[in-house]
Amino acid sequence: MSAIKLTIDGTEVEVAPGTTILEAARRLGRDIPTFCYDSELPPNGACRICLVEVENARTLVASCVAPAGSGMVIHTESERVIRARREVLTLLVANHPLDCITCEKTGECKLQDYCYRYGVADSNYGGEVKKLDYDDTNAFFLRDMNKCILCGICVGKCQDVIGAGAIDFARRGFTSNVAPPFEDPIEDSTCIFCGLCMDSCPVGALIPKYSFSKGRPWQVEKTRSVCPYCSVGCNIYLHVKDNEVIGVTPVEENPVNRGHLCARGKFGWDYLQSGDRLTSPLVKSNGVFIEVSWEEALGFIADSIEEIMERYGSDAIMGLCSPKTTNEESYLFQKLIRFLGTNNVDSYTRHCHAPAVDGMMKAFGSAAMTNSIEELASTGAVFVIAADPYVSHPIISYRVREAVRKGAKLIVADPDPIGLTDIAHHHLTLRDGSAVALVNGIANAIIEEGLQDQLFIDRRTEGYDAFRAAVAEYTPRYTAEVTGISEEDLRSAARAYAGAGSAAIISTVGMDYSAGNGGLVLALANLALLTGNLGKESAGLYLPYGENNLQGASDMGALPAVLTGYQPVKEKSVRVKFARAWGTDISDQEGLSAADVFEGGAGDKIKAMLILDENPVTCVGGEDEETACYLAGLDFLVVQDIFMTETAALADVVLPAAAFAEQQGTYTNTERRVQLTRPAVKPPGDAFPGWAIIAELAGWLGFDWAYDGAGDVFDEMASLTPQYAGMSYERLAQGSLQWPCPTGEHPGTAYLYEGRFSRGLGLFSVVEQEKLKVSEAAGTKKDALVHHACQCQSDSMNKRSVVRNFYRTVGR
Amino acid sequence: MNREIEAEETVTEGIDLERVDSLIEPYLGRKEMMIPALQKVQNHFGYLPRPAMEQVSKRMRVPLSRLYGVATFYAQFKMKPRGRYIIRVCKGTACHIQGSPKIAERIEETLGIESGETTDDLRFTLEEVACIGACALAPVIMINDDPHGRLSPDKVKDILDNYQ
Repeated sequence: MSAIKLTIDGTEVEVAPGTTILEAARRLGRDIPTFCYDSELPPNGACRICLVEVENARTLVASCVAPAGSGMVIHTESERVIRARREVLTLLVANHPLDCITCEKTGECKLQDYCYRYGVADSNYGGEVKKLDYDDTNAFFLRDMNKCILCGICVGKCQDVIGAGAIDFARRGFTSNVAPPFEDPIEDSTCIFCGLCMDSCPVGALIPKYSFSKGRPWQVEKTRSVCPYCSVGCNIYLHVKDNEVIGVTPVEENPVNRGHLCARGKFGWDYLQSGDRLTSPLVKSNGVFIEVSWEEALGFIADSIEEIMERYGSDAIMGLCSPKTTNEESYLFQKLIRFLGTNNVDSYTRHCHAPAVDGMMKAFGSAAMTNSIEELASTGAVFVIAADPYVSHPIISYRVREAVRKGAKLIVADPDPIGLTDIAHHHLTLRDGSAVALVNGIANAIIEEGLQDQLFIDRRTEGYDAFRAAVAEYTPRYTAEVTGISEEDLRSAARAYAGAGSAAIISTVGMDYSAGNGGLVLALANLALLTGNLGKESAGLYLPYGENNLQGASDMGALPAVLTGYQPVKEKSVRVKFARAWGTDISDQEGLSAADVFEGGAGDKIKAMLILDENPVTCVGGEDEETACYLAGLDFLVVQDIFMTETAALADVVLPAAAFAEQQGTYTNTERRVQLTRPAVKPPGDAFPGWAIIAELAGWLGFDWAYDGAGDVFDEMASLTPQYAGMSYERLAQGSLQWPCPTGEHPGTAYLYEGRFSRGLGLFSVVEQEKLKVSEAAGTKKDALVHHACQCQSDSMNKRSVVRNFYRTVGR
Repeated sequence: MNREIEAEETVTEGIDLERVDSLIEPYLGRKEMMIPALQKVQNHFGYLPRPAMEQVSKRMRVPLSRLYGVATFYAQFKMKPRGRYIIRVCKGTACHIQGSPKIAERIEETLGIESGETTDDLRFTLEEVACIGACALAPVIMINDDPHGRLSPDKVKDILDNYQ
């Protein structure tokens, strides 16, 4: 179809058919006011403020819904238009509290701005005004529906974008209002407090409680940062006034969260200002911590470590890194441990993800998530199994919703409803623990109906014949017996997944600590290989990590067997490369892992431990008391954290670190995306950025390191790490980059394995369903495989945030 | 136990959710049919009890907020229990001239309720309607499906007494 030519305010413009007048005008930079229009929602032309004059048209038209027509001559600010807009505003103002003096929205209220623009100060329409009670029952925000202008954006976002469905228009006529069901308090509804309604409200009807009376918009400085909670890594603006974070809003222009957040990102940063933050280095003396200077603390650590190394050797030292620290800090930490002559460095939480890591390594040769979050929005089918991204990684569930709105088929396999079942085309309520059989059964049905991607199998994979023979037993009938899913449902789910041009699998099974989940990861990898859903856009296997920088901490080589970028310490060339760059020899012995030390009986080899922002005493996988006893029994324990955690309380020395909002650094999210975070406020007291503490400690240990800022650390790391080689702070300031990014010109890699897997060919594995326990076969729930919590995410931040209690109870 | 919770549970117990399931069975998987589904439920219970709405929401996978929005938008849906007998007082022009306000007033006095309300014993619900279409009988009321015409206030009590 040919382009449409029209004239807007005297300027000619050409647009594609279907473009609205509003879009065409915005392209010319014309500022047409809108209330009910939102680029993410279908336009509805309800508010009438966007009226424009089209020559020879009988009436003014709502530009947000009227398509641009060929030869149209449009005036966006004519006398007639202005008169109409004034009328709209006068009607709104007639039933709106004009308390702008104290209203939190003053300065960024559309109603106020447009009244100012068109000179509407008051209304001459008398009559009734709304007198509704406001709802301030929850911890997060205040709902004052007297200010609501019924634009409906919050309703659209809540119902369609987020899927919470907590609010809708209630009643009609004059008494219409936006309300939770039965007009109960919002806290009693299905609201997940993602804050999107608040962020998109054009007026002051929805106000966050945290910023009340704390600052006007023009007094606030916004610093771009990255949310420190889950591995999605949402981009946020930290609103700062007088060195205090008083609010968070999502960044719209970024491919990760596109203006969306969840409760953690929106409200979960209050811990920054907690009075319990560590503000001074502490040394334990006769069982009591006393505040000391940095010199004393670092000097004491250096002396103690040297003493232990002299007595027991380097391998008596261990470093435990955290999946929450920045890349710079993780990099320097593992470097420090290696400078001490050992490879005993690990990231404790990583081992919660062992099933995912091991399975992906085996099938593809790399553990990283194959595709990007944004690609989910345009996939043709999504298979969600053993996951509830609505709770664990809300942004991922928003993208799945978007895909379904665009026509994708959604298959959910879970014994219980999850946050996506309301829009699922297939909800397979399998028996607990029978997931492997289900996935094998789907593979069987796909092969039986000839829906597999034979070309992909022939060219890109190995092990197919053995796999096919193994799944041959999982006929639909047999699978139905084991899983409780009917043959017909199984087949139609198989067709939906295999029939889409591209299909994605989402599972957080990797986050489940319970044993035996490796099988499901391999079975899912088989399914993706079978249908050629790898190495292309909007397909792949999404096994998102829990913690925000688990990917980064692993990339940085905070692991016992590899240096940065998974370069094995066993390889001589690798050791030589690092020895040359660092000026020290690298031990050729693989180090002990956290699992070896805490559960594998190697604990007594370690005499001194350095722990960064990690709290193994309360983390999953170890008996609290056992781990606490072990740590307390070490000759020397150093813990660096932002709070006095249960683990820190056992330490000989505690070092106060800066939190994410107080330092510069990078995080790598679960889609391998490296993102820059910037300091917004100063750390409390004597707390310091972690990377600077480690660099300083290295000096006390006699190592000659000199870094001029976190960027310098990043550059050194990038020069040694092929995946990061093309990255720099300068480039990251322009926008995030996904590894592999080998050169300064490389745009980064959105999805992996185009043309080749890390291990060469993709490997099919034979995975058998384990025998179900009797209780599982009988249908008891919640005891085994399918499980969606993110236990690992409740560390020192959540525990001290207002989101704490909320996240224990969320879910539908 | 909290008394409110106790009261809530009693209400839930009184509502036969299995009956709700069978009423809406033909509409499952078809969200666009939520209005007919609500009508079915209302026909059975006489109004839309909250536990029944919650059940419809769960089974049809429609957010409760949306059902509530629909139910409060259309005048046909009632959110409160209604009487066994629905009295509709015609407020059309002919009836008005013939004194329907006085009829309504007398009914209100007799039953101790106002228009739109239901008696405590759930016997009567009083409503005003625009026109019944029986102007020749003005002033006229309907009790369920029975018309009563050419009324005067004094006749009200006897008529109501017939509906127990």
